[in-house]
Amino acid sequence: MTAALRFDPIRLPPECERLRKEVRAFLADEIAAGTFDPHKPYRENNSARDFSRKVGERGWLGMTWPKKYGGHERTFLERYVVTEEMRVANAPSRRFFVADRQSGPVLLKYAPEHIKADILPRICRGELCFAIGMSEPNSGSDLFAAKTKATRTDGGWLINGTKIWTSAAQVADYMIALFRTSPPTKENRRHGLTQFLVDMKKPGIQVNPIQQITGQYDFNEVVFTDHFIPDDHVLGEIDGAWKQATSELAYERSGPERFLETFYVLTELVRALGPDPDIRGAEGIGRLVAQLHTMRRMSVSVAGMLQAGKEPVVEASIVKDIGTVWEQQLPHRVRELAAFVDVDPLNHPTLDEQLAFATKLAPKLTIQGGTTEVLRGIIARGLGLR
Amino acid sequence: MSENIVVETAERIFADLADPQTVNADANGSWKAPLWNALTEAGLPLAWVPEACDGAGASLADGFGVLSAAGRFGIAVPLAETLLAGWLLAKAGIAAPQEAMTVAPTHPRDRIALQGDGTLAGRARDVPFAQDAKSIAVLVEGDGGTQVALVDAGQCRIVPGRNLAGDGSDSVSFDGVRPLTVRPAPADADGPALLLMGGVVRSLQIAGTLEAMLEISVRYANERVAFEKKIAKFQAVQHNLARLAGEAAAALAAASSAADAIANGAGFDDAVFLEAVSAKIRCAEAAGTGAAIAHQVHGAIGFTREHILHRFTMRALAWRDDFGNESYWAVELGRRIAARGADELWPLVASR
Repeated sequence: MTAALRFDPIRLPPECERLRKEVRAFLADEIAAGTFDPHKPYRENNSARDFSRKVGERGWLGMTWPKKYGGHERTFLERYVVTEEMRVANAPSRRFFVADRQSGPVLLKYAPEHIKADILPRICRGELCFAIGMSEPNSGSDLFAAKTKATRTDGGWLINGTKIWTSAAQVADYMIALFRTSPPTKENRRHGLTQFLVDMKKPGIQVNPIQQITGQYDFNEVVFTDHFIPDDHVLGEIDGAWKQATSELAYERSGPERFLETFYVLTELVRALGPDPDIRGAEGIGRLVAQLHTMRRMSVSVAGMLQAGKEPVVEASIVKDIGTVWEQQLPHRVRELAAFVDVDPLNHPTLDEQLAFATKLAPKLTIQGGTTEVLRGIIARGLGLR
Repeated sequence: MSENIVVETAERIFADLADPQTVNADANGSWKAPLWNALTEAGLPLAWVPEACDGAGASLADGFGVLSAAGRFGIAVPLAETLLAGWLLAKAGIAAPQEAMTVAPTHPRDRIALQGDGTLAGRARDVPFAQDAKSIAVLVEGDGGTQVALVDAGQCRIVPGRNLAGDGSDSVSFDGVRPLTVRPAPADADGPALLLMGGVVRSLQIAGTLEAMLEISVRYANERVAFEKKIAKFQAVQHNLARLAGEAAAALAAASSAADAIANGAGFDDAVFLEAVSAKIRCAEAAGTGAAIAHQVHGAIGFTREHILHRFTMRALAWRDDFGNESYWAVELGRRIAARGADELWPLVASR
């Protein structure tokens, strides 16, 4: 086989199911206490900071990290269960999600010891929010066209330039960002970028929120003007950031958040169609559930392979490609299937409200964190086409 | 390649005696007898029959692995059907004959009745390979409930038909036929169970053909030159093939998961039902999308009888219809989900 794909039928072990019960009980308590409303995924949440700390207290942040940094040395499959239950409940997890999924693992790998000892335990306690500084006004998918400059100065670097579409920058404590430390070379256009840890509370950073079509202000323009970063905040090899982004991507791409973003409209469709749907509604639900189950089994399979120390880069990209296209189409499919449901909007506002939000949200799902086009390029490379 | 001895044996036989190029070029089907003999000598058609009943006594998982491999080679002999017949007979404690078999009914709405005088009544449509089978394992409904009947195919009136790939797909009338043996069917081998088991088998076969479609399409794209470069270098072609890989991956994951669920499960509860019908639905969808892309990448040459591509694409499309098509199962699954209620949807999905 030129392209042997592997999706072993990995099952979640019993400890995962015990954990799932704990997470569900915790979420039910939080919902009962009014911390968040699972039926209103669009509601901005003021209690997210407290929620984040409570999740940390439960030991559900930094679950796979070493104990000496505040982690819990549990498996990726256990983390998977926490992630999917939070996602399905529409829990306000944005504050800690990036730090837990992405930033923490980067620090673990590339930060100096004293920074790991300082920051990682605070992520585990749910105290820190991270942003990722990748895109720039003229550099989105083409990551290596980034121009924001890091110039050597006494004891560190001065940053000048602009990042954009940076989620959560307005509330983030830290950002992990790519800055240009050297021009690209003729032989390697990816050369010359370096990964830095940015303290968002230090001077020289202006965050300008950008309103999205959903009405929310989730992403931002971040302008750096002579912002100082000390030498010990360099993460990994200077000029060599391009070598550092391989295996982490598999974690980022294949999680349950890559197909559950609009799941709530499917649940509400089932509610709206009732216990005895007509044949059209039944077939629609059946297909969507079959597709969902399949993606979840693919995603769990990738999580299991990661836990076993493999690097299923192509498989992970496939999960994100299929998953994000599906969750993007879902509100449209649900709209079609609900077309003949006679629902009084005064009594059943949930489906209409959720559909409106999910439909507005949908376009971003195949753009954020690697566009469909970029993913298919990666898959094509894995197949031996490039 | 597999790490499993049973599956390795099957793969070696397929590679030696069922090479798609050779089979495709053989107009009179002379490849069939040597292939079947080799499979029989290796005990593969009766893999799911216990040793006590003169079968090979292999595990369900081994048999599923063999059928995945059969899909990857586009195998067109009644191997899957004989395996299923052996499984069904064994469930009822009936010794399996050492010959090619098939099962009936394979259509959700077909019913065969066992009458008071011991003869059968009813017709089964689209029975795979009935014209090539010596015996048929039939699920029949009588006063004693569902029973398994072993029937001499020669006693039945068979109207031959062909599926999209040209394999036997026949209408079988059982009217007046007296079965060789009849035994009660246990709960895990009733009508729905046979459809689910057959559906998972077809899902594995479809997933195998999609793996083959992906492999030969990638290879072709890396050979074929147009506009002065390999077509693999065109982004539009790359993205089509990436989508084909996604469909193959989805089919593989769904089918392997369902096979695993049946091999390690006890009976067909809601969870195993979800696994089995999801596999059939998703694999059928993948067959449609995947076959279209594979043909698009190949252009006109893939539309010729001479090229092997149709051996995989047409089988994948034909297999969608056996043991309940994706629309049938989607309705069944949708009804079950609706009856359980909205708040039970996620717990069911998460239980797998």
